[in-house]
Amino acid sequence: MNLKTIIGIGAYVAVLIAASLWVGQQAYGWLPPQATAESMLIDDLFSLFSTIGAFVLLGIAGVVLYTVFTQSVSRFDTSDGPHMEGNIKLEIVWTAIPLLLVFFLAGYSYQTYQQMAVRGPMDLVHLHHLPGSTPTAYAAEMETEPVEEVEVYAKQWAWTFRYPDTGVVSSDLHLPVNRRIRLLMTADEVIHGFYVPAFRLKQDIMPKRVTEFEFTPIREGTYRLNDSQFSGTYFAIMKANVVVESPESYRQWLASAAAQPAVPAENPAYSEYTNKRLKRFGGWKTVEPATPPLVNAISES
Amino acid sequence: MTNVPVEGIKIPDIAHPEPQNNWRKYFSFSTDHKVIGIQYLVTSFVFFLIGGLLSMVIRAELITPPADLIDRTLYNSMFTMHGTIMIFLWIFPSLVGLANYLVPLMIGARDMAFPRLNAAAFWMVPVFGILLMTSYFLPSGTAQAGWWSYPPVSTQNPTDSVITGEFIWILAVAISGVSSIMGAVNFVTTIVRMRAPGMTYFRMPAYVWTVLSAQLIQLAALPALTAGAIMLLFDAAAGTAFFNPEKGGNPVLFQHFFWFYSHPAVYVMVLPIFGVFSEIFPVYSRKPLFGYKVVAVSSLLISGVSVLVWVHHMYASGTPGWMRMLFMASTMLVAVPTGIKVFAWVATIWKGKLRLDTPMLFCLGALLMFVFAGVTGVMLASVPIDIHVNNTYFVVGHFHYIVFGTITMGMFAALYHWFPKMTGRMYFEGLGKVHFILAFIGTNLCFLPMHLAGLHGMVRRVSSYDPEFAFSNVLASLGGFLLGMSTIPFILNMVGSWAQGKPAPDNPWRAIGLEWLVSSPPPVENFEALPIVVSGPYGYGKSDPLVENAAALKEG
Repeated sequence: MNLKTIIGIGAYVAVLIAASLWVGQQAYGWLPPQATAESMLIDDLFSLFSTIGAFVLLGIAGVVLYTVFTQSVSRFDTSDGPHMEGNIKLEIVWTAIPLLLVFFLAGYSYQTYQQMAVRGPMDLVHLHHLPGSTPTAYAAEMETEPVEEVEVYAKQWAWTFRYPDTGVVSSDLHLPVNRRIRLLMTADEVIHGFYVPAFRLKQDIMPKRVTEFEFTPIREGTYRLNDSQFSGTYFAIMKANVVVESPESYRQWLASAAAQPAVPAENPAYSEYTNKRLKRFGGWKTVEPATPPLVNAISES
Repeated sequence: MTNVPVEGIKIPDIAHPEPQNNWRKYFSFSTDHKVIGIQYLVTSFVFFLIGGLLSMVIRAELITPPADLIDRTLYNSMFTMHGTIMIFLWIFPSLVGLANYLVPLMIGARDMAFPRLNAAAFWMVPVFGILLMTSYFLPSGTAQAGWWSYPPVSTQNPTDSVITGEFIWILAVAISGVSSIMGAVNFVTTIVRMRAPGMTYFRMPAYVWTVLSAQLIQLAALPALTAGAIMLLFDAAAGTAFFNPEKGGNPVLFQHFFWFYSHPAVYVMVLPIFGVFSEIFPVYSRKPLFGYKVVAVSSLLISGVSVLVWVHHMYASGTPGWMRMLFMASTMLVAVPTGIKVFAWVATIWKGKLRLDTPMLFCLGALLMFVFAGVTGVMLASVPIDIHVNNTYFVVGHFHYIVFGTITMGMFAALYHWFPKMTGRMYFEGLGKVHFILAFIGTNLCFLPMHLAGLHGMVRRVSSYDPEFAFSNVLASLGGFLLGMSTIPFILNMVGSWAQGKPAPDNPWRAIGLEWLVSSPPPVENFEALPIVVSGPYGYGKSDPLVENAAALKEG
């Protein structure tokens, strides 16, 4: 390799590094607001992957485009290129570097996962486990701070949340900010998924089983809860609001809700099903939506 | 096991009673691998158009946030059938068709090992294709549970009848599985037993290596899906409770059966396209495939690792932490042999003499889109990132870069490249380039914005969504419609050229390979005398002969 080649490669790599670092910073902007402690960890990891990914993609694309623009010949040119069959050193390098890179990325992801300490789902493969027992090993150490427990019920197609201490039932999920939250989630008939994009967290909810899930909201605001595991006809509108608020307003809300009588909640799936005037093209018989749950606190929006 | 020497294999003339260029042979139970290959390709392309039409309806519904076009049950049917048709009736059969046409020619055989089994496997495709289509006429409608068909959603039945769209869907998938296993047995046998004299394993074109690797996966993993499908059929129709939690069954078990096959299936689909890249880049760069032996063996490595990664589809499902970590590591490991291939292709074109004909353009475009899909794929392998983007449009964008951006674009490259050989006619280069430009822009415009919608939390399989995702979806829909349009120049080109294109010479691309040593199209038995191979598959830049008896291969 002569000096010119080395300088050329050096300059190319420098430009690539600068561009990838820029992409890595942009990556934060491709994500929703960070509303949990876990979301910050995930965003940092995503930014790292984006940086490395951009380096790989731009690096390869640059070489390919450079070759296309400098090495193209007329289709009537019948000459051949040099007969290069391979290069053992080069092939070892481009096997070893990706190998090290994926070990690094897997290790880094593993570390992030441990820090998140999402209280994992129970080991559903082993059927002898009792529902609600045996969290995964990675969630072992914490558990000193107080935890706010909320029961989550998913059915086709409605979310309901029950606060065990007060007995309040709500169609919005209210959570105090900066407190560890533990959800005890159950589904009625089919698998649903608990997913709040601003929390970056997702967990399938199995029918007839309690799945525990933990996280810490850190930012007040109203967020969207989606069903993330396809659950049938009205899957798209099985949503709920998640209200993260200060501990004071959270307690106030609980107290005022506890004083309310239970009334049927508003339920988009049920109203769409019973609205006979709604006419769209085609369609077949569907599983009927469950009747709207009775709640003390109806949705605010 | 009888050990018949390859020289001795003569296919009786009775198997090919029709004259050679009779169009009726394409509608008959032909046992000629070339006829069957084209039967597969044309049949699967018809289903590609049907599946594409369904995706146009999906993009039309999603161009606005509310569900204002079709009923939600019909929307759920749309994406279920779109996915099922594209996978089981376009990608699988079109790849099997291409392999059927090419493998015997490339290894110097006169046909596949079991010609009648080959024909039987093909004729199951229209059978289950039409069976699947009949579910549109059932009172229950088609299957609506997505192509994963996860229970308990898939076994919920609001009608009184046992014969539902889901029932038909499971039957069709099971028949498709049987057809694929029959094909796999045939391919593996053909490649192992029917290579011409001198065609050692390390003289086989890389494409044949990828077909072998892909078909070995079919043999190893497909039975799991078939077993899972049959259990699901019993759950749905006979009231068993393998997966029914109400009666103590476990729905996650089905997810394991399903993904144990359906993730390796992705490699069954993409490996032959890697093979296509490995064939086309050398021809249009006039250079040997860089590091041929490593590229060849890396296909087998991909096959091996691919059966150990399935749980990465279930990170957010009921899986324990240790399982998530184990499968994260194995999934990322796939990037290593895949990276070897990508670097080898880039090194192949480096310092080459590039001719940017349509097949080369499609391969270059597909290579770039594949690298992008690889980057997002490694992101998805990382458990913490996946917990956020799992089941969102990020995943939809990612795998469409594979199934369309890589596999379908690569398939188009292959169809253009081998079109002169298959039909004896040249295609129209101008129309081919128009097709490439529309398809490349359309793919990126359609599937790139999906990543952004997914990162912001747009869940897949929704028929309506929050207005914040509207911009990405308008772009995606416009790109989707452009992609739909891009098939028009392709169809015009194929039909027009086959009918009245310029007659093709034996080897219009000056490519090296046994298939280019015989006439275009090749005669029924391919080779007059079996080739005696004397050198490796990529002798570009040298002038060594590929076979000892080039003149004897063709009829007088």
